[in-house]
Amino acid sequence: MPDIQEISVDQLKHLVSDRALKGETMLLNMGPQHPSTHGVLRLLLELDGEIIINCIPDVGFLHTGVEKNMEAKTYQKAEVMSDRLDYMNPVGNNLAYCLAVEKLVGLDVPERAQVIRVILAELTRFQSHLVWLGTAALDLAAMSMFLYCFREREYILDVMEICSGQRMMTTYVRPGGLWRDVPVEFEAAVREILRTFPRRVDEYEALLTRNPLFLDRTLGIGKLSAEDALNLGVTGPLLRASGVKWDLRKDRPYSGYEQYDFVVPTRPEGDVYARYLVRIEEMRQCLRIVEQALNKLPYGPVRSNNYKFVPPPRSEIGVSMEALIHHFKQWTEGFNAPQGSVYRAVESPRGELGVYLESDGGPKPYRVHWRTPSFDNLQAMPLMCKGVLVADLIAIIGSVDIVLGDIDR
Amino acid sequence: MDKKLEPIVEKLKQDFGATASKDRGDVSLVVPAEKIAEACRQLQGQGFELLSAMTAVDYWPQETPRFHVVYELTSLSNHLTLELRVPVPGVNPSLPTVSAVYRNANWRERELWDMFGIKFSGHSDLRRILMPADWEGHPLRKDYPLGYEEPQFTFNYKEINLRKPYAKE
Repeated sequence: MPDIQEISVDQLKHLVSDRALKGETMLLNMGPQHPSTHGVLRLLLELDGEIIINCIPDVGFLHTGVEKNMEAKTYQKAEVMSDRLDYMNPVGNNLAYCLAVEKLVGLDVPERAQVIRVILAELTRFQSHLVWLGTAALDLAAMSMFLYCFREREYILDVMEICSGQRMMTTYVRPGGLWRDVPVEFEAAVREILRTFPRRVDEYEALLTRNPLFLDRTLGIGKLSAEDALNLGVTGPLLRASGVKWDLRKDRPYSGYEQYDFVVPTRPEGDVYARYLVRIEEMRQCLRIVEQALNKLPYGPVRSNNYKFVPPPRSEIGVSMEALIHHFKQWTEGFNAPQGSVYRAVESPRGELGVYLESDGGPKPYRVHWRTPSFDNLQAMPLMCKGVLVADLIAIIGSVDIVLGDIDR
Repeated sequence: MDKKLEPIVEKLKQDFGATASKDRGDVSLVVPAEKIAEACRQLQGQGFELLSAMTAVDYWPQETPRFHVVYELTSLSNHLTLELRVPVPGVNPSLPTVSAVYRNANWRERELWDMFGIKFSGHSDLRRILMPADWEGHPLRKDYPLGYEEPQFTFNYKEINLRKPYAKE
């Protein structure tokens, strides 16, 4: 085994101020095992007493080579890896990947599948925001928020489980539709969520929105202007909290989002508190979309019947020779996608989640690239925490809502 | 092609010798490597505020060009998207940085250096980002093998264990 190479301060000279080289300021490592970094994120901080002069994020501890691995698998099998990227948003990742594959091969998706995709994507967004709310509030010492949020999250994970058999790594959305239709319990379970959750969101707000301790820690902290945010590629709630109204669900609709009536919340302040308000409002809007989608849920097939690209249903294999051949071809060599490249993006809870897919005409993707929102959002963090106290840095990391699996891929 | 996109594409063709193509409704422009920073600057002035994604594709064993560096640009004000592709040769791959135009290109370019070994001239901090600092090779190149681990069963557990890297110490 080769010796582990130590990085000397010389290699980081260009990143810290001159005062650090003279020894006037202190360099301090935060992480990769610090509880408030939400994963394995290492921050190299240059400190003048309690004030942060420079913050240098160091990522890559969770690198799993997803892009390389996907190149070695057929289109259907590669999808399983997509859940593992942003583990807070598995349905959204599947959706982005499936939209890219569908665009690449030209597949149509039945209406019922589109609506179920929207319901599950919005529920996933809700549970992701719940985890964010719980952990970000926990960092600011609001312990009870964490317990309430994780209690509610279980209801959503139960819905995922009755649909796909898995709580988190669902792989339920497939190219051309869904894995299978939702079970009969699905509607009642989602109705129960719609009945109880609006009151729960009110409870969260009662605990935090006017709480003086929470306001002290968040108001005016970690400001990011709209110009800086755009130039740094920041998307999602962070961008909307800086006053830019940009939501791919509204501005570049996919999966029939244009049929739903919802509001894209924005705030002009661009601080930690604004991000909190934007996300809380988004949670309410999620429930609105889910309700509209559930009310109009049509009957019909949930998978395209183009069996060149979509495996036929199990019931047909016993009676149709053609279906058996298609099934065999699909699961041994996969389907050949026509040459070309596509880029499709969806709105994940953290921002623009894009998939760049290139095909050389074979059964495996030639190149898959994941444009993950946390990667760019984290890059903007050093700007937000220049000149703030170390304690405020904790609030800022919480407000950015990073998922390290999303950054390191 | 979108009405608003046409004049922008025409101007890029004239100023930078770009060639346009259309694939599945999306417009893609091939821009020469040395002019990419100026082209991005011009597009930013025309309303493409956001560099959505930046990646590369390796066409090994083809050598000229071996790589395509791909830029996905988004215009929030005009609701447009545009793809720029820059061909880069396999020997000493290098192109100018766009991190002065779009600041998020900084980490994206570090990632491309890490994964493909493409150098960006004028970049302020071209270190590896995802792989360890002492890593050899660039994993997403097509001539870099995808590693694997031998499955260990009860009958050959010890035998395979002796071949593992940590067994040598």
